[in-house]
Amino acid sequence: MDGTKQSGLVKFKDNLFTVKDSLLGSFIRSGAPTSDRSRTAIMFNNFFLHVQTVKTHINTLRPSYTLGMGLIALFLMIIAFISGIFLMVYYNPSIENAFNSVKDINFVVSGGKLMRNVHKWSGEAMIIFVLFHMTRVFYTSSYLRGREFNWLIGIVLLVLTFLLNLTGYMLPWDQLSYWALVIVANIIAAPLEMTDIMGVTKYFDIGGISKELFLGGLVPGKEALNRVYLFHIMLLPAAILIILGVHFWRIRKDGGLTRPDKFDRKDTDTTYITPPDKTGDIFPTYKTYGLMELAKGKTPAVDNDVENTVLSWPNLLIAELAVMMFTLAAVVAYSFYIDAPLKELANPAIPENPAKAPWYFLGLQELVGYSAFMGGQGIPMAALLGLALIPFLDRESEHTGIWFSNKQGLTVTIISFIVGTVGLIGTLAFTIQYGWFRNWWPNIPQIVIVMINPGTIWLGFVMIWSLATIKITGSTRMGAIALFTIFLVSYIILTYTGTVLRGPNWDFFWSQSEWPIH
Amino acid sequence: MSSEAIGKKDLSRRDLLGLTAIGTATIAGLATLGGSLRLVKPNVHFEESTQFKIGKPENFPEGTVRVFDDKNCFIFSDSDGLYAVSSICTHLGCIVSLTEWGFQCPCHGSKYNPEGHVIGGPAPRSLEWFEINQDVDGSLVVDSAKTVAAGTKYIFT
Ligand code: HEM
Ligand code: FES
Repeated sequence: MDGTKQSGLVKFKDNLFTVKDSLLGSFIRSGAPTSDRSRTAIMFNNFFLHVQTVKTHINTLRPSYTLGMGLIALFLMIIAFISGIFLMVYYNPSIENAFNSVKDINFVVSGGKLMRNVHKWSGEAMIIFVLFHMTRVFYTSSYLRGREFNWLIGIVLLVLTFLLNLTGYMLPWDQLSYWALVIVANIIAAPLEMTDIMGVTKYFDIGGISKELFLGGLVPGKEALNRVYLFHIMLLPAAILIILGVHFWRIRKDGGLTRPDKFDRKDTDTTYITPPDKTGDIFPTYKTYGLMELAKGKTPAVDNDVENTVLSWPNLLIAELAVMMFTLAAVVAYSFYIDAPLKELANPAIPENPAKAPWYFLGLQELVGYSAFMGGQGIPMAALLGLALIPFLDRESEHTGIWFSNKQGLTVTIISFIVGTVGLIGTLAFTIQYGWFRNWWPNIPQIVIVMINPGTIWLGFVMIWSLATIKITGSTRMGAIALFTIFLVSYIILTYTGTVLRGPNWDFFWSQSEWPIH
Repeated sequence: MSSEAIGKKDLSRRDLLGLTAIGTATIAGLATLGGSLRLVKPNVHFEESTQFKIGKPENFPEGTVRVFDDKNCFIFSDSDGLYAVSSICTHLGCIVSLTEWGFQCPCHGSKYNPEGHVIGGPAPRSLEWFEINQDVDGSLVVDSAKTVAAGTKYIFT
């Protein structure tokens, strides 16, 4: 009896003294990543790493291919999430306290201002980098070969990114928040414009009901702030996280990132990859081995595919770490020097003049200035629908993985860029110079203005231009390039117009220095 | 696939039961969700009353122009009587200001004539006119929930 007791305690003592090693071993089950075998094992034994493949194609690692845009968007999101949690420690979503709590964060809380800047700028930067990422995916035809669904998921992510920013700047309850809330609530109510024209508002007031559900009342107040808060800190973050999970899972299932059919290694590739290390472990030093594996693809890819891949650990992970460090450093540095704006406390009696949305919505504000319904709902919906349908209307997958497809693609991009720029600036200049229907015929029915305004005319032109491109080139991919290029150009030009060229009363000015003093 | 199956004659018992189960689950799910959404629509609005007193008629002699900032409303008085015009732009809800020729909205440049009729910009409707009543104590009450036809002017004593 005594003996067993003794040996039990001895066992315990041994376990206790080796707890450091055994604990560590249970975390890193495959041992230190010192050989290709353990580097492989760590990739599929680790929950966080197994989302990625054990091996990565060299094309994927070329910085000139992905430009790291999707990754930057991801890290910006993580930064925004973490900084957001810190802001929540002090922020209070009530109309009495919201503004003061944000002021506290800015001026009283240690590091509060920096944290708020980081949150604000990482969120806004997400918009830029998600758009850049979408641009890269588009111009490399990466929405094809099974990736159609992931492109759709991407569109949802784009919308969520905008919504997160939108709900975010409503929270401080300053002048910007309040008037943005008013304007958004009325954009939500914009179907009123249509039901009024049809004369059915009395029976079917879809605009009014949506607005009431959004505001939790008839005018923006405490219920509205509460709802916006619910969206910003819970519903939208949860949605973007889940959908981003699907996005990454699809990348895996779709066989990794796209790459050209004919892939040639370049000398420069060796600057960012380490060659396989087939020594040690199962590889005796006196023999050489070829790796055999099955890779997903059209043909059972044997030689090529396998040859042009390298281990994800360390090649991919080190690149990801670098992008993360770069993103974090850039956001913190920017936030150190540039402060997120905070206007005066919300004042329902007096809007600012001009009352401007943040820059990324000023393109829409310009369109809304022609018709609330078309600019706020019709045209954005049409643009999103057009983007969403791209992979289904263009199925020419032979260019997949090649920037701009071919020479013709580059030409179409450049021509569409020029046509888009000149055409849209022309349309805007005409409107600014001569006004629109109502300035010429003051009693024109509203329906005419809703249907025919500079925004809808431009939308029609873009559609015709894309169809014409398809007809002339005989290629749907060229039509897609025309459409997407003009979409980007339009977003940029409209945003610039709304940001720089519009002043008090939404009148035209060359720059802010010309605004009348009032 | 299942909708195809319904059309065909040889719908097997198993398919039928499966479809019924899925159909029931869908309807139950949607009904539950739909019913729950009713919760989102508030029954009570914790908002300021839409009625507000503006004072006695003698405070508004002919030619008066008063701005009630916190009520988003203008009060005018001319030879035809007293009237209340909303200052909320019908486009997207900014607050219009008074100019020599009418009303101007700062947000997207809508313009209205002195009657509140749209003369420029994107606004889809004219500015609203509000009902004015006289209380038992003689003071005037504007109700911004009750709109009246443009041009409705009141004479009080
Ligand atoms: C929150 C926003 C988003 C994040 C964080 C994100 C993240 C990523 C990442 C990290 C990749 C790996 C490749 C790379 O970095 O380029 C990727 C690939 C991809 N993304 Fe996104 N993305 C977002 C939004 C979008 C949008 C707006 C679209 C397009 C509408 C899109 C479509 C795609 C597609 C099709 C791929 C596969 C590309 C290929 O196979 O080469 N994503 N995404
Ligand atoms: S809100 Fe008045 S013009 Fe848009």
